Amino acid sequence: MSDEYDNNKSYQAQSSEVMDGSAGSINPDIDYVRPAEVGEQDLYHGHSFIEKWIFCQDAKVIGVQYFLTAVFTGIVGLILSWLMRLQLGFPGLAGFMTAEHYYQFVTMHGMIMVVYFLTALFLGGFGNYLIPLMVGARDMVFPYVNMLSFWMFFVAVAVLMASFFVPGGPTGAGWTLYPPQTILEGTPGSGMGILLMLISLSLFVIGFTMGGLNYMITILQARTRGMTLMRMPLTVWGIFTATVLAMLAFPALLVSAIMMTLDKVLQTSFFMPTILKAGEVLEYGGGSPILFQHLFWFFGHPEVYIVALPAFGIVSDLISVHARKNIFGYRMMVWAIVGIGGLSFFVWAHHMYVSGMNPWFGFFFATTTLIIAVPTAMKVYNWILTLWRGNIRINTVMLWCLGFIVTFVNGGITGIFLGNVSVDVPLSDTYFVIAHFHMVMGIAPLMVIMGAVYHWFPLVAGKMLHEGLGKWHFWITFLGAYSIYFPMHYLGFIGVPRRYFEMYDSPYMTSAVGMNEFISIAAFIVGAAQFILVFNIIKTLKTGKKAEKNPWKANSLEWYTSTVPPEHGNFGERLPVVHRWPYDFSVPGAKDDFIPQTTAPSEVIHTEVEKT
Amino acid sequence: MSEQKIDGFELKPGFKGMASDTGSDQTMFKGVHWGKAMMWIFLLSDTFVFSCFLISYMKGRGSTLVDWPNTSEVFSLHVGSVPVPLLLIAIMTFVLITSSGTMALAVKYGYEKNRKMCGWLILATAVGGLTFVGMQVFEWSKLIHEGVRPWGNPFGASQFGSFFFMITGFHGFHVSIGVIFLFIYTYKVFAGHYESKKRGWFTKMKGDYVEIEILGLYWHFVDLVWVFIFAFFYLW
Repeated sequence: MSDEYDNNKSYQAQSSEVMDGSAGSINPDIDYVRPAEVGEQDLYHGHSFIEKWIFCQDAKVIGVQYFLTAVFTGIVGLILSWLMRLQLGFPGLAGFMTAEHYYQFVTMHGMIMVVYFLTALFLGGFGNYLIPLMVGARDMVFPYVNMLSFWMFFVAVAVLMASFFVPGGPTGAGWTLYPPQTILEGTPGSGMGILLMLISLSLFVIGFTMGGLNYMITILQARTRGMTLMRMPLTVWGIFTATVLAMLAFPALLVSAIMMTLDKVLQTSFFMPTILKAGEVLEYGGGSPILFQHLFWFFGHPEVYIVALPAFGIVSDLISVHARKNIFGYRMMVWAIVGIGGLSFFVWAHHMYVSGMNPWFGFFFATTTLIIAVPTAMKVYNWILTLWRGNIRINTVMLWCLGFIVTFVNGGITGIFLGNVSVDVPLSDTYFVIAHFHMVMGIAPLMVIMGAVYHWFPLVAGKMLHEGLGKWHFWITFLGAYSIYFPMHYLGFIGVPRRYFEMYDSPYMTSAVGMNEFISIAAFIVGAAQFILVFNIIKTLKTGKKAEKNPWKANSLEWYTSTVPPEHGNFGERLPVVHRWPYDFSVPGAKDDFIPQTTAPSEVIHTEVEKT
Repeated sequence: MSEQKIDGFELKPGFKGMASDTGSDQTMFKGVHWGKAMMWIFLLSDTFVFSCFLISYMKGRGSTLVDWPNTSEVFSLHVGSVPVPLLLIAIMTFVLITSSGTMALAVKYGYEKNRKMCGWLILATAVGGLTFVGMQVFEWSKLIHEGVRPWGNPFGASQFGSFFFMITGFHGFHVSIGVIFLFIYTYKVFAGHYESKKRGWFTKMKGDYVEIEILGLYWHFVDLVWVFIFAFFYLW
């Protein structure tokens, strides 16, 4: 059976062409690339320590700054999740834990992980570092604005963290911040806590807008010669589409934050209906709480894809490089990313099935939600077909990628359950929902982040992370994450509600107690395992093996800089000229199993390369 | 449309031209300055901000239990003892639209390297914007004097004051930012920064008259938003 595959002539991809140098007369136009349209970028090089490392205009330094700040917030979020699991698994063990504390931890964990950790890490961290390198630019197009973007994010994080220390503590309204309870007395942190949260979110949106404009214009208007849109690595496509989503979705968050701030500070009634409290009518009246939900989820649903699309893009590149095969269906992957991005603006009310809505409205949103499964499934098939008959290296990076595919499919399938109104209503606000979104937008993107860290660390630091530690890190995280979230599906089915401080003697508890303890212990171990990476990084920086140039034998431009790690300006004297896509791996007839993007067609005569 | 050339590249007209630009390398929008593309995309994002505000306003106004105030009475101005509806707003709108005209002329003279005319016209635009903000302050103080507050008013639904102050305030904030930048660019043009290739104070980048056009894009956008606010608040 395998014999027939060896005859590769009968299995040529349709779009491939044989580079032909017939009888020594090479067509002189074969290497032609249009001349440069835009002049050299005017770069400002920092002169002092402060200009080089703190208020730095180099996108790579800004990317690392974003990365470290986001990781700091992520560790805070991780510690909060430990405290929550401590209470859920072993009620009463932590003496200081009151119900108010628990709600505050839930809220802050959610907001930190979604907005300040994942969004900032993917777009601010990986976006800043990789976009200019991958499209062949010297830097982001507006370096100064880019710097402001990071410092605005930094202030937003500082304001958010300050809310832990104000009277009343941070807000405990749940990360969705639904009014009216968010700003009413009795909700933890309804004073300063919620105010600082709203201010911090507004600052985040402003800061992100500055960064987002940079990412978009750099990709649209500052690519190097020969770099067409359809020759960009999928990482860039994922980050680009996510940025477009963010630019159009964050306005809704900004507006809802402004309106709620006014409701809180000036007693306006945008979201506040007439409220009776202890027999007294409050001064509010005539507002619409549902309006907030619409605004919030018009931001909130695209936000899911703001996190997921960069992960899709990055994982495509990692799989292709480490399976030594071109990505299956590149154009399909691009259009799937764009399609998912477009659709994500028409599904937001599936978060609101239990808010009460016209049945036809629910029907519409269920339909659009299920349609998203089509491009998403196409992507999963393409990842698997990329692996199929590839020359797979089972290294740490590949393990994380495989882990991503499994968890993503798992979380995606439960998403199809929850997309249907009739299934969602009974499962709403149970642990099934928790399990679903942690699998699909928590663990899955996190797996990609980890894979990306192991993949690009040699580029950023010039040293190879330790493989053995990396594998321990992966297996504990992967098996542990499943131990946490798989049982939660069952908890959801027996009806254990989420966001409950304690179950007391409810009938669920007979079967849920042991499971909750098990989940909590797994959560402690998985959380602790993340510090293996921290240890690995510190150890590598001190004593690690020096990375050779382009250690993974990848094709994309970030590995072809003049120095490793790249310096300000990225590419030395002359910008690279691109002749092909970044996926020419294992090309029949080629000398090596990879052809860099900068290789001219005349250098690969008699090979069967893809037309790009 | 005739065939255009930018830096030696032929630009084809119509959808075919758009497709070939999109499919080509380096830039998607041929010959478009980075800053100009950035401003367009920022304005797209800002459009979503104002859309969210106005849609919330429509929802809020549509679902109040108390009647909305009669806008032609609330916004009227007394000339002698005759109430004239929309008088102040008409003047404000006229001033703002006129400033859009002077801004467009400033862009034209900027590209013609006519430094003096360009500077005077930017200054005129800034003064127009300042007048608009001044009249808005007058309108706000008049309404506040009559008892309109963000949390309530004597004329009807309390959301009237909330939405009015929030949305016109947010627009006024945009105008004020624009006025500040107009004054800065008046100085830059009169001081000849674009001729001497002086580097920016903060960004350390060299400037060009295209910056006037970018500023103009923002200013026209602010005007356009005002037209919608005018229609939704004063004519509805």
